[in-house]
Amino acid sequence: MIELSGVTKSFGTHQVLKGITGSVQRGEVVCLIGPSGSGKSTILRCINGLEAYDGGSILIDGARVDRADRSIVGIRTAMAMVFQRFNLFPHRTALENVVEGPIHVKKEPPAQALERGRDLLARVGLADKFGAYPAQLSGGQMQRVAIARALAMQPKAILFDEPTSALDPELVGEVLGVMKSLAEEGMTMLVVTHEMGFAREVADRVLFLDGGVIVEEGAAREVLSAPRNPRTQDFLRRVLKPI
Amino acid sequence: MQAFLRDAAQFLPLLLQGLKFTILVTLGSLALSTALGLVWALMRVSGIGWLAFVAKTVVNILRGIPILVQLFYIYFVFPEFGLALSALQASIIGLGIAYSAYQSENFRAGIEAVDHGQIEAAQSIGMGWGMMMRRVILPQAVKIVLPPYGNIMIMMLKDSSQASTITVAELTLQGSLLASSTFKNMTVYTLVALLYLSMSLPLIAVVGWLERRFGKGAKR
Repeated sequence: MIELSGVTKSFGTHQVLKGITGSVQRGEVVCLIGPSGSGKSTILRCINGLEAYDGGSILIDGARVDRADRSIVGIRTAMAMVFQRFNLFPHRTALENVVEGPIHVKKEPPAQALERGRDLLARVGLADKFGAYPAQLSGGQMQRVAIARALAMQPKAILFDEPTSALDPELVGEVLGVMKSLAEEGMTMLVVTHEMGFAREVADRVLFLDGGVIVEEGAAREVLSAPRNPRTQDFLRRVLKPI
Repeated sequence: MQAFLRDAAQFLPLLLQGLKFTILVTLGSLALSTALGLVWALMRVSGIGWLAFVAKTVVNILRGIPILVQLFYIYFVFPEFGLALSALQASIIGLGIAYSAYQSENFRAGIEAVDHGQIEAAQSIGMGWGMMMRRVILPQAVKIVLPPYGNIMIMMLKDSSQASTITVAELTLQGSLLASSTFKNMTVYTLVALLYLSMSLPLIAVVGWLERRFGKGAKR
């Protein structure tokens, strides 16, 4: 569904992506792991068209991602994004956040969008928070609203950009739980994460990124339990045993 | 004191006539400067190079010429190009255009203060630029912009007195005409000052309320 081939991207003189090739199949959960600055988030942002890429190609179901083209709107609604810092609209309630895209971008009938919005919020465990503003919610609750907002777009895939990195440790579980249930329902997901437990348990495949290249990729258990590349080994050792 | 009150009762109707024009000029130029300022600000943040350049140039030119000179230009020079305006029209348009530069800088600061993540969130659900501005950025920018906007309102109220230089019989001009014909300078100018204060003090109170309600440290 998502296909990257030879994607390159520079910020000024610094080349962040040095030829990324990889794919995500329908229904697959792929985790992108690697040290900070390795280009993980940039890949997600290029897939969603939030960032332009310099070379190579990104195809979504065969359609090329091109920020300058009108088709980008369709691609963005198909590739929903969940951000590290939630990025909820602070002037709108939880329910309004969720139905914003369906009603105003996709022009769905409001009644239908609202009904689905309530269902989605209930599904992420926030049935009692429809009218709450983001400032009245905890980080974990905000991220669950953000996931409901992504789901409300009825996307083909969801891109998660370090969804638990800004959360207090005790709130990480509730967000990962929602993500896990999505994965079990067959949602296509590309997840940038430092949660190795989640990657091991939920991901079908893991891509290890370092210095703008994919250093190692394979089934989650293999890469995480028996990494072959020395850089992957070193990274996992430091992540799993920090002291 | 009794003499003052007696004179005041006599002068007040004339001064209130001037006050009417002061309010007219202030409200008119406030509306014009707000609309124009928003246009300049949106051009500046549009991301389209030449639009931003035009807006920046216009704003800098307007900021770089005294308001008085702009008023003279519109009232005395425009007729030579066949565009004759009444004094009231010229003052509203002149002050409105001059102040649009300050409004624009204020609006732009407000727009740019909105968290960049909001732009990404709006884009990621497929919003175009216009809808993003209308539904996501501007509603948040308004809260940031309101307190300084109140200050601009107060400045405009006072600067409406510059309309007197192109013969608009607003409060200041009425006052000086009255003073020069009666020689009761103290009474007249005290009244004029009090009348300005009677409008600006409530405005200042409103600005203070806005700052407490929306400014930094306010809850949501």
